[in-house]
Formats: sequence, C-alpha cells, structure tokens
Amino acid sequence: MYAVEVSELRKEFTHRKARRRERTTALAGVSFAVARGECIAILGQNGSGKSTLVRLLSTLLLVDGGSARVFGHDVAREARAVRRLVNRVSVEASFFKRMSARENLSYAARFYGLGPAATRERVPRILERVGFPLERDSAPMEDLSRGMQQKVALARALLTAPTLLLLDEPTTGLDPRSKREVQAFIQEVRRTHDTTVLLCTHDLVEAEQLADRVGILDRGRLLALEPAPDLRRRYAAPTLEEAFMVATGRALEDDEPDEEAA
Amino acid sequence: MRAVAGGVRLQGIALLGVVERNTYLVKRYGFWELAFFAWTVANTLTIVFIAKGVEATGGQLDVERQTTILLIGAVLWSYLGIVFEIITETVAWERWEGTIEYTFMAPLSRAVHLLGMGLFAVLYGVLRTAALFLVVAIFFGLEMPDANFTAALVLLAVASVSFVGIGMITAVLPLISPEKGAQLGFMAQGFLLVVSGVYYPVSVLPDWMQALSVISPATYALEGIRAAVLDGAGLGAVWGDLWPLLVLGAVAVPVGLATFRAGERYAKRHGKLKRSG
Repeated sequence: MYAVEVSELRKEFTHRKARRRERTTALAGVSFAVARGECIAILGQNGSGKSTLVRLLSTLLLVDGGSARVFGHDVAREARAVRRLVNRVSVEASFFKRMSARENLSYAARFYGLGPAATRERVPRILERVGFPLERDSAPMEDLSRGMQQKVALARALLTAPTLLLLDEPTTGLDPRSKREVQAFIQEVRRTHDTTVLLCTHDLVEAEQLADRVGILDRGRLLALEPAPDLRRRYAAPTLEEAFMVATGRALEDDEPDEEAA
Repeated sequence: MRAVAGGVRLQGIALLGVVERNTYLVKRYGFWELAFFAWTVANTLTIVFIAKGVEATGGQLDVERQTTILLIGAVLWSYLGIVFEIITETVAWERWEGTIEYTFMAPLSRAVHLLGMGLFAVLYGVLRTAALFLVVAIFFGLEMPDANFTAALVLLAVASVSFVGIGMITAVLPLISPEKGAQLGFMAQGFLLVVSGVYYPVSVLPDWMQALSVISPATYALEGIRAAVLDGAGLGAVWGDLWPLLVLGAVAVPVGLATFRAGERYAKRHGKLKRSG
C-alpha cells in the first residue's frame, strides 16, 4: 500500500473579475504515488498548485475530480481516518499569538487524543528536540522570532506522531541558521520515525538534500517526479534549477497568479 | 469494539482540549475581560435604573419587583452575548490567526469542536453573569427572599442548549468572512431578545412579533427564570417553560451543526479557510 496515491486529481477555484465569475485551475489531473517512508519534494512557483495539493491531502479542500488516498484512505470519503495520520507545517506558522508555545501545543495535542499526562511529558521533550529554548515556552508566540515560531510549528506537527508529514515551504523566510536547523530536524525525523514526507518548496538545494525524488509542478500539472540526478539527465541540465527552467520555460522565482484566489 | 472506545476517548479528550484552549484565551486577555465586565455592569445599571426613574417621574409600580424584572432581562442579555460571542468570535479568531486549518485537520468531530466551544461559553457565561447579577443586586439592595435559584439555573442550563445551537448557526459567517461575520452574533442576540420580552411582557408586542416569540428559547428562559426568582416557582411550576426549551434545544443543536457543516463544505469547496500561503 502506498503512503500517498493520487490519481488524476483536479481542483478549480472560481473568483470574480469585473462582475464575471472566472475559473482558475489549480490542479489539472495530477497523478503520483509515494511509498511509505519516502520523502518527495515538489518544486513549483508560487501559484503552481503546491499548497492546493497539500490542502487536498490534509482534507482542507474538497476534491473536484480524481482521487487522493492516504495509506489507503480516501481523503474525501474517509477524512477522519486521514486526519489521524496526517499533519502539516505551512509557510505561515499559524498560532494564537497571545498564547504561549506550551499552551498552543497543549490544546493541539488534545485534539489528537493525547491526555494531560502524555502532553505534559511530550511537549517539553519535542520542543527541546526541535531546538526551542524551553525557558521561552511560556512566552506569547508574538514575542518569538519567526524562526522560533516555525520550530514550534514543527513541534506541533510531530507531537501527534504523523505517519504522513506535509511540509509546505517550511523554511521560506527563515534566516540561514534557522533554515539549516529545520532541515536537519526533518532529516532526523526521517531517520528516527516511520514518517513519509511530502515537501513543497522552491528551495532547490533543500529539495535535493532532503528528498528521494523531486517533482516539478507547473500550472497545476506534474511534469516529472524522479530522483534529482534522473531529473537533471532527463532535461539535460547540469543543475536542478536549469532542469526546472527547461521543463517549465520559466525560472522558479517567477510567480503564477494565486492558485486559490477566490 | 476497542476502536469505538478509542474513538470515544479521543473525542472526549478533544472536547476538553477545546475548553482548555478557550480558557487560555480568556486568561491571556484577563485585563480585557475585567474591562468588559465593568462595561457590562455599567450597561446593566443603566437599564435597571429605569424602574427607579419611572417611579421618580410619577409612575406607579412595585420598584423592587420591576427592578428585578429588568435585572433578569439585562443579565440574560449579557449571558446570551457571552455565549454567542464566544462561539462566533472564536471561529472568527481562528480564521484570523489561521489556526482554523489546524483545527479542521485534526481528527476531532465537528460536533465535539462546536459543543466544546458551547460548553466553555456556558460555563464562562454562567460565572460572568452570576457575578453581574450579584453585583447589581447588591448595588440596588435587592433581597429576593422567595427566589428559587436552583430552578432558575436549571432553566438557564436547558435554555443554553438552544443558545449554543443558535450560536453554531451564527458561527458560520465568520468562517466565510472573518472581517464582518462575527457581527452576526450580536444581530442574533438582538433579534432573539427583542421578540422574547427582555424588558417587557411579550403581550405588548405586535401579533407578528408575538408569533416569533413562540419559537424563541429566550422567551421561555425569561418567563421561567422570572417566575423562579420573583415568585419562588419550582421546577414543576415552570414546566410550561421547561418543555418548550427541551424541544427547542433538541431542534437547535442539530440545525446548528448542519448549518455549520454546510458552511464548512462551502469553505472547503471554494478555498475560503486559508489565511495565507
């Protein structure tokens, strides 16, 4: 059984433009599979459909066509079973900003059925593992740096021991040191846990370092998904960046219109 | 069987998690809670003074009784405000902070999520309005020697089921529009109380408003609580108010849940849950 099995997955959004409703295709029939324990990275520009893919797999969007299964569970029909297996870290570390890291993690743990004793034991342990200074665990999140907030976001995702970890640009906007720490932690999680990782990024080095296979998502279409050396060979490019440019005709930094503009 | 027990345990812990989260939020905004309480006391005083004002301008009335009638109306107004505000504003708040995606990704059921907020709202609302009642009653020197507070609390508890159900309905709009949606809670509070005889008997309302009062749980809560506090009516005596509240509660919660779920489906279809990214 695959950890993730996506077949002809489609998602469209409608938005108003000068009194007319227009449809934007965020995902146009994406298919791929991820083996248990594997880490795949999806490269794509802003608006390419990466976040939509992550949101569909985490049951935050409804599928318009095709199917997506997580460990055999259909994301549309067996959403609650999927939710027990999945957690996510996104580019924005979303928290109640006046609440502390410990408080945010504590209630989040309850949502996954962790009792008070297990939470008391696990929260400081996981915060320590992600390199969060425990003396700051009672400080409001708004007083923490973005790097620290992102570490708490990682801790929140790992607190529930997900078998599928969805990372949607987890290091975007972080300073180089925080970025390295977060990447090292992702590698550690892969080494020590039975966790499958789907990483969406536009950091080519990060993709190459962390992932077993790298995919290129362009305007809602998955153009390729293979090990980085194979990808470079396929597009006869010396670097992943050039492979991306050959595949899409554009640089990774160029933006597409927001895929979920609605 | 074990899977079912595990599922029930998870939902039970998650329910407490929702209560825990809202407790943290109140704690973190403790100063504001005190400020709002002071404002509620001032607001309630302006209403309750009306009885003395009418007497001072030559009106003939039992000031003590009328003051208590107005106080109960003002306290229920405040209670409804807290219940609707907590349920509706928490959803709006979650949308602002972006945490709603993480709540919706978690395996807690929507019923547990919403009922958890409702449970916290009722517990916190009862504490706040009990304090308000006490402060204003002491201020006016109200004695209420015949009051049956147990019956009044039972009525409030049963009415709260309906209020939570209506709160679930009002929580839909901030899910779609966090900027303005939370205002719906205030609108629901106003509409509900104006037809329910908050400071006057329902009989003074126009016929069409009286018809609406029949389906408002606040009508029965106000009538029953006033009978319990002013005349010492027991549960048997207020049964005429209690059974409609039971019926309305049994209808309001499923309707509230269905409405919220429909809103959630709409938001998930159109990508309305995200704040950024």
